[in-house]
Amino acid sequence: MARIKLFIPLIIFVVLAGMLYWGLGRDPNAMPSALINRPVPAFQLPELGLSQDTDTTKPALTEQGELLDESLFLGQVSLLNVWATWCVSCRVEHPYLMDIAETGVRIIGLNYKDEVGAAQQWLARYGNPYAQTISDPSGGLGLDLGVFGAPETYLVDHLGVIHYKHIGVVDDRVWRTTLQPKYQQLRDASPGQDNDS
Amino acid sequence: MTVEQATGIHHLSAQGFANKRIFFPIKAFLLLFSLWCLPAWSVIEVDRLSSPELSARYQQLVAEYRCPKCQNQNLAESNSPISIDLRAEIRRLLEEGASDAEISDYLVARYGEFVLYRPRVQATTYLLWLAPAALLLMGLLIVVFIIRRQQRGVSATQSTLSGEEQAALQALLRDTENRQDKNTHPNKAEVE
Repeated sequence: MARIKLFIPLIIFVVLAGMLYWGLGRDPNAMPSALINRPVPAFQLPELGLSQDTDTTKPALTEQGELLDESLFLGQVSLLNVWATWCVSCRVEHPYLMDIAETGVRIIGLNYKDEVGAAQQWLARYGNPYAQTISDPSGGLGLDLGVFGAPETYLVDHLGVIHYKHIGVVDDRVWRTTLQPKYQQLRDASPGQDNDS
Repeated sequence: MTVEQATGIHHLSAQGFANKRIFFPIKAFLLLFSLWCLPAWSVIEVDRLSSPELSARYQQLVAEYRCPKCQNQNLAESNSPISIDLRAEIRRLLEEGASDAEISDYLVARYGEFVLYRPRVQATTYLLWLAPAALLLMGLLIVVFIIRRQQRGVSATQSTLSGEEQAALQALLRDTENRQDKNTHPNKAEVE
C-alpha cells in the first residue's frame, strides 16, 4: 500500500502530461458543425442567374433564376460550397473547385451575402464549377447552416443529409485526405450513382 | 533679513500648497479616469430594442454567447460580420418574444454548444461542472486523512509502550541528558 502511494504523484504527472500532450495536437479552432447528420435546413431562394457578360463596366445582370429549395440535394451526393465575391480565399479555391467539378463531382454553390451582379460576373469571368448556385444575399440560409465565414464546404448525401463540413479553402490536400474519401464513401452508399462519372 | 527669509519661505510654501490644491483634483480625476476601462460593448445597439427590459436581456445575452469566428470574444465584443448578424438575429428573436432558452436553442442548433460561454449541464459537461467541487472535496478528504493519521500516530506511540517500557525509556532519557550535560559543561560541577 505504501509503495503504491509513492507512485501516486508519478501517475498524476503521467495522466496530466498525457492530457496536455493530447491538447497540444488539437486544433483549437476546429468547430464541428452542429448540423452533422441533420438534413440541409429548409429554404426557398432563387437560383443565381447566369450572365455571359464579363465586362464589369456594364450594369450587372440582376435577373434571378428559378426558386430553389432543399429538394435540390435529393438523389445525388453533392458538395455545398459557400462562397462570395468579397471572400479572398474563395478566389484561391475557385480553380480547384473547377478541377473537382470536371471530374464529375456535383457542387452546389451558395452565394452568401453577396451582390447578385458581382457574383454573376465572377462566374462568367472565372468559370462556373457549380451545378446550381443558390443566391442568398441576406445570409438567411447561411445562418441556418451555421456558416460563419466563407469559404465553407459541406458534404451532403443523396438524402440531403449533411455529413461533413470543411471550413476554409478546399485545396488538393484537403480534397485528397479528407473530402474525397468521405465523398466516395457516400457515393458508394447511395443507390444509382455507380455508373456515372 | 530674517523676516524676508521667513516671508520668502512662507511665500514658497504657500505656493507649494496652492499647487497641491490645484493638482490634487486633477490627480484624483486621472486616477478615476484610469479606472474607467469598463467594457465598452455595453453600449452597442441598445437603442434599437423597443423596451428597456428587452435591452437589458439583450445586453446579458450577447455577453453570454461566443463569437464563432473570433473565438475569444463574445458576441457583444466582436465586430466580425457573423457577430453583427447574430446580434441582429438575437434582437429579432427578442422582439418576437422568444425566451432566453429558445434563443439559446436557436443558436446551438446552428452553431453548436461551442457558442455557449456557459455550457449546459448534461452528460458531456458533467466533468466540467462537477470537477471543481470534486477536486475541492478530494483536497478536503486528503487534509482530513493527513490530520487524522498524525493524531493517530501520536496516540499510537503512547499506547504501544507498556508502563515498564515507559519507565525504562524515561530512565534512558534522563541518563543521556545527564551525560550530555557533563559533556557540554565539563566544569559545571566545579563551579557549582
